[in-house]
Amino acid sequence: MAKALTLKELSKKEVLISPGHRMCAGCGAPSVVKMILLASDYPIIASNATGCLEVSTCISDYTAWKIPWIHNAFENAAATISGVETMYRSLKKQGKIDREIKFIAFGGDGGTYDIGFQSLSGAMERGHDMLYICYDNGAYMNTGIQRSSATPFGADTTTRPAGSVVQGKTEQRKNLTKIMAAHNIPFSAQASPSHWSDLVKKVRKALDIKGPKFMNIISPCNRGWRSRTDDSIFLTRLAVETCYWPLYEIEGGVTKITFKPKEKKPIADFLKQQGRFKHLFKPENEELLTRIQADIDREWERLQKEEACFAS
Amino acid sequence: MAKVVAVTGNEAVANALKQVNPDVCAAYPITPQTEMMQRFASFVSDGKVKTELILVESEHSSMSACVGASAAGGRVVTATSSQGLALMYEILYIASGTRLPIIMPVVNRALSAPLNIHGDHSDAMGARDTGWIQLWSENAQEAYDNAIQAFRISEHMDIRLPAMVCLDGFIISHSIERIEYLEDEEVRDFVGEFRSLNPLLDIQHPVSYGPLILTDYYMEYRKAQEIVASKVSGIVLEVARDFEKISGRKYGLFETYRLEDAEIGLVILNSAAGTSKDVVDEFRDRGIKAGLLKPRLYRPFPFRETGEALKHLKAVCVLDRADAFGGSYGPVFLDVATSLYPYRERPILINKIYGLGGRDYMPEHAELVLNELARIVQTGTVGSYKEYIGVRE
Repeated sequence: MAKALTLKELSKKEVLISPGHRMCAGCGAPSVVKMILLASDYPIIASNATGCLEVSTCISDYTAWKIPWIHNAFENAAATISGVETMYRSLKKQGKIDREIKFIAFGGDGGTYDIGFQSLSGAMERGHDMLYICYDNGAYMNTGIQRSSATPFGADTTTRPAGSVVQGKTEQRKNLTKIMAAHNIPFSAQASPSHWSDLVKKVRKALDIKGPKFMNIISPCNRGWRSRTDDSIFLTRLAVETCYWPLYEIEGGVTKITFKPKEKKPIADFLKQQGRFKHLFKPENEELLTRIQADIDREWERLQKEEACFAS
Repeated sequence: MAKVVAVTGNEAVANALKQVNPDVCAAYPITPQTEMMQRFASFVSDGKVKTELILVESEHSSMSACVGASAAGGRVVTATSSQGLALMYEILYIASGTRLPIIMPVVNRALSAPLNIHGDHSDAMGARDTGWIQLWSENAQEAYDNAIQAFRISEHMDIRLPAMVCLDGFIISHSIERIEYLEDEEVRDFVGEFRSLNPLLDIQHPVSYGPLILTDYYMEYRKAQEIVASKVSGIVLEVARDFEKISGRKYGLFETYRLEDAEIGLVILNSAAGTSKDVVDEFRDRGIKAGLLKPRLYRPFPFRETGEALKHLKAVCVLDRADAFGGSYGPVFLDVATSLYPYRERPILINKIYGLGGRDYMPEHAELVLNELARIVQTGTVGSYKEYIGVRE
């Protein structure tokens, strides 16, 4: 088992995603990728679903990736890396390769929750030795902020804009982390770049476990969230402290909350920083805010109860 | 020494794949291909191949995993039919655009709707412009031989393009025929060791696959792909010459049957060509100069050679087992017509659509068409340029 790393130790490692890529200022995705690649002691080969991260990091003839990297299409990052991993196993079995290599797929929430869901589910069920990372910014940001099944209730998007009749998204988010855990994979977790140590620890743990692993990482998009570019990490911290984005892991079927806020902040603290929720603060939408808070309270309760089931 | 067996087309191709012994195979069931991958899976279970199987949840993932596995650096196969090929469509372009030598037998079957599991060519015809090489096979022997040659063609360092090996669903895939198998070592030596090119698994030399290329260079990439495609026919012939040395069986870009001095002729793909050859013989016996051309390398289409082979005829009928619903002619007709366009003197061309959804193609159909061609030559008039045959009115 790899040991925990200090920030000082991490800072000495080579950064395997180079500067000069074209992600927006304030985007969470490159920070998330940087942390993940720093976390690993193993050589990594990655696949990447079509999306912001992909189009901004490899524009011919330039690439920001200092690791072997493949982009295939939008919905198949999981199937693609499952092919790479299978070739690795085949060549290893034949004695043509001996190094220990780990495999990671990166996808945004559109490429993971929606269009890539079947590909992901299939790869997890087949038991490939791989880690799937979803950087979840809550909408199809690359095409211009369209609603996805990861978009939070009430959020304004370009396909479900807040108007005089519709107040943003009318449905709940899909709980993908739990759906992945329901595949009975050895490790499924949520992390946030605001809690880097927790994120790095989870990645290191996941890479040490044989089999399919899934991590859902909240990733701010200031364009879509309509927030300040220098507020990204602050906002993900608020997401954690309001329990909108609880940090937990389900390892071997056992749920463990890895960070419990001393005092759970009201969800309005998170929402009011973002233009996408602005309409919710109109007096006539008070009921919607109440509903969002109730949903979060219920889920947080449920998660704590799940954890308690295993505490002995 | 060749071993003579009686097997189905699916079994013959599965055996070719076993003898080639690829590193990775992605498999998903679909009629009428299922038996092929089932047989191959039992070779895996019995340790007769070194192959790692990926039992995917769809053909889309099958082709996606093949792209990953091939880019990783090894020999990769899959197989499909009909709806499965249609589901792969998006990734077919990515496999060819990324220049990955994936081999895929396609057991030809009709496309939905209406749902139909029987043989016609609409599946592979829909994929004819995806940048894949297509080799078509009249019978199980040709399917077996094409499957083996496909690896050498596809993996050739000058092209590195994926290839489909097409055989007719049920008619060939499920019928038992006499086949000559090559010895395992002969096949192994013929295909050789896989040579990888910029493999992902070479972690000392990290590469990025699948970049974004916008208006500045996309067109140059496409042109490069076209240049690569133009090299395929030469390589197909080179590989065929080597294959003849070990098998005694001769292959070209297409097969010509009694065509050299023919006045009327048929152009027809796959299993129906066999039936047609018998009828050509009958016409020859009656003193009518009939002949036939059966395409083998259908993509990239050898336009120049096809035109040369057909230009001296007086009337030609192209028979299509698929229609192109563009208000014009069937796909093979369009290619043959294009191949003859540069010639001032060229045969009259007509098009028949036959055998859709597994409808039987009988000798009397070939007879009907050849009689019509003879009449066209005699009278110089054409009744109908395109017509469905063997269909209820």
